[in-house]
Amino acid sequence: MADNLQMWTDLGMDVDKHDALCQVLPTAFGDVYLSQENRPEGMGFYDFVVADIHGIRPSELIEAQKNGRKVFGTFCVYVPDEVVIAADGIVSGLCGGSQFWVEGGEKVLPKSTCPLIKASVGARLDRTCPFFRIADMYVGETTCDGKKKAYEILGEDVPMYIMDLPQMKREKDIVKWAEEIKDFAAKVEEFTGNKITVEKLNEAIHTINEKRKALARIYETRKSDVIPISGKDALLVMQIAFFDDPARCAEMANKLADECEQRVKDGVSVFPAGTKRIMLTGTPLAIPNWKLHHIIETSGAAVVCEEMCTGTRYFENLVEEDLGSLDEQYMALSKRYMKNNCACFTPNDARIDDIVRLAKEYNVDGVIDTNLKFCCLYDTERRNVERALNEAGIPVLGIETDYADSDAEQLRTRIEAFVEMLG
Amino acid sequence: MGFIGIDIGSTCAKTIVIDENSAIVYKDVCPTGWSSVDTANDIRVRLADAGHVIGEDPCVATGYGRVSIPYADKTITEITCHCAGAIELFGYRDMVVVDIGGQDTKIIEVAGGMVRNFWMNDKCSAGTGRFLEVMANTLSVSPDQLTALAANGSDTSISSMCTVFAESEVISLIGRGESKENIAFAVVDSIVRKVSSQAGRVNMSAQPVVLTGGLCDSEYIRKALSKELGTEVETNPDARYAGAIGAATFAKKIKR
Ligand code: SF4
Ligand code: SF4
Repeated sequence: MADNLQMWTDLGMDVDKHDALCQVLPTAFGDVYLSQENRPEGMGFYDFVVADIHGIRPSELIEAQKNGRKVFGTFCVYVPDEVVIAADGIVSGLCGGSQFWVEGGEKVLPKSTCPLIKASVGARLDRTCPFFRIADMYVGETTCDGKKKAYEILGEDVPMYIMDLPQMKREKDIVKWAEEIKDFAAKVEEFTGNKITVEKLNEAIHTINEKRKALARIYETRKSDVIPISGKDALLVMQIAFFDDPARCAEMANKLADECEQRVKDGVSVFPAGTKRIMLTGTPLAIPNWKLHHIIETSGAAVVCEEMCTGTRYFENLVEEDLGSLDEQYMALSKRYMKNNCACFTPNDARIDDIVRLAKEYNVDGVIDTNLKFCCLYDTERRNVERALNEAGIPVLGIETDYADSDAEQLRTRIEAFVEMLG
Repeated sequence: MGFIGIDIGSTCAKTIVIDENSAIVYKDVCPTGWSSVDTANDIRVRLADAGHVIGEDPCVATGYGRVSIPYADKTITEITCHCAGAIELFGYRDMVVVDIGGQDTKIIEVAGGMVRNFWMNDKCSAGTGRFLEVMANTLSVSPDQLTALAANGSDTSISSMCTVFAESEVISLIGRGESKENIAFAVVDSIVRKVSSQAGRVNMSAQPVVLTGGLCDSEYIRKALSKELGTEVETNPDARYAGAIGAATFAKKIKR
């Protein structure tokens, strides 16, 4: 811990303020996570990472920086990690999931901004998160209006590169996104001083595909009647995947998947038989946002799938491998990323189809559609989500919430009532 | 043997005991108060005085304070209990239950005797008993007097749904010399509009609509709501006990 303190000081962090966060996180993690029974052993790695979340990985990143490597901070699953990795750079997710940072964001942002954006900005400006300090460059994207404007504010404090994400998915938009990826690649080459070659990019594409496949394996086991891993644990794996080294992420996820597969074979479930199966859909749950999962899984139900960026949207679909030219590779990347279905696109029927498909694949009893307060994109899209689920005969509960704990009891009543309704 | 249902709402705690034939043999309402421990104890003592001993008679707790009844055999949410209670009271298996509570409003769609869907306003006090209370206070009348006054008012409206802003609107209406009747009318009108906007997605005209909760005694509220929803809203003198009655019916299913 003494080493951490030195590191945080060197990073120019507000150490006193950061202490307040360090004090609450272990209790929260203990209450939410360590209280669970019969967890897979493979979760040990993730527990270990969380226990020193602002220590272990940050010091690895700083070590890498000393060797001349650059760290890119990203905020969205549309930004292609492959390009950065091909230039020997490192990607770290930077989404803030704690109420702790919200206040700092509110100093510069309107109150009516979603908590994810407020927390992300607050974490940077208040200097209370090492990852936000370490990143050499932030990569933003033109997804929602709130983020676009927030990037302007962050850009005053840190080098910022913005990718222009199309808002539709026509052929020409896919071509355009490929061009954006190419431009980004040029920027990454310039910033890292490393050339991106066909071979390097193929390697990077392979690495990230392997990571996606490993995460998908864990999810695959959640489709079974036997629930080998709690929703909370699966969520934690996803949240940490945004920060971790991709090869290690794949290795650890594969280990955990082996164990989950074995559990399915042996009929080992973390929930009693007949526990209601819930899919969560909607806005991302950035670490340490475990609120909904915790309420659901202590209200007699289990989360078996997240149709979220911290869920299926992160690993579904692979990039075509072994292509012979950079242009083809950029196009292949674009095609894969544009298969992602975020509510910032219009029309967005493919997301609705995804939700109905996933609800069936994961054999869910009900869907809880959630959006972060003030995210009007996902809030508006709820109408279509609910309609499609109603037509498919799948019960759905809509929830809007933020990072504060003040509505926890009200949410619990709704969620318990929903679970009671499922029979 | 009796079956006990306790509904700890935000303002009132309701207790019901039913017998084997589901007839109500005991009913009690008291303010929830500050200390849930005290409230829980009071209820237990009063039940014992009436011959219903906790530990012998099965007991189910519901309402937002359900977890603070340590002696309950089971807790069930108010949504499920209101559904069951409304079925007991009104006899329908398909209906819409509108429950205007102290701090929240619930719309429950009941199909085949089960909850099919529900909507809850628990974020703000607009459209709840609390809103009525605040406005009554501003007008220096009791909530009952307010609804009585409203029956004789007309043609005034409050545009803001937020209690805080609505209160200042009421104050400026008073300042303008608007009659109490008209302001009371506007207050009730605001509540029924809020409730009806919440119920926007349920088809009200195709099935019976029933009103439960603390405001069920007001004939004027019932009428205003009927008008706003475009269908005759039914109520029942015991409808404020709907949650507790529902809880008691679930207590019947507890095996000793
Ligand atoms: S929800 Fe949309 S904007 Fe947010 S991270 Fe996901 S894809 Fe990006
Ligand atoms: S949750 Fe919505 S408002 Fe917030 S960053 Fe994502 S898309 Fe934007």
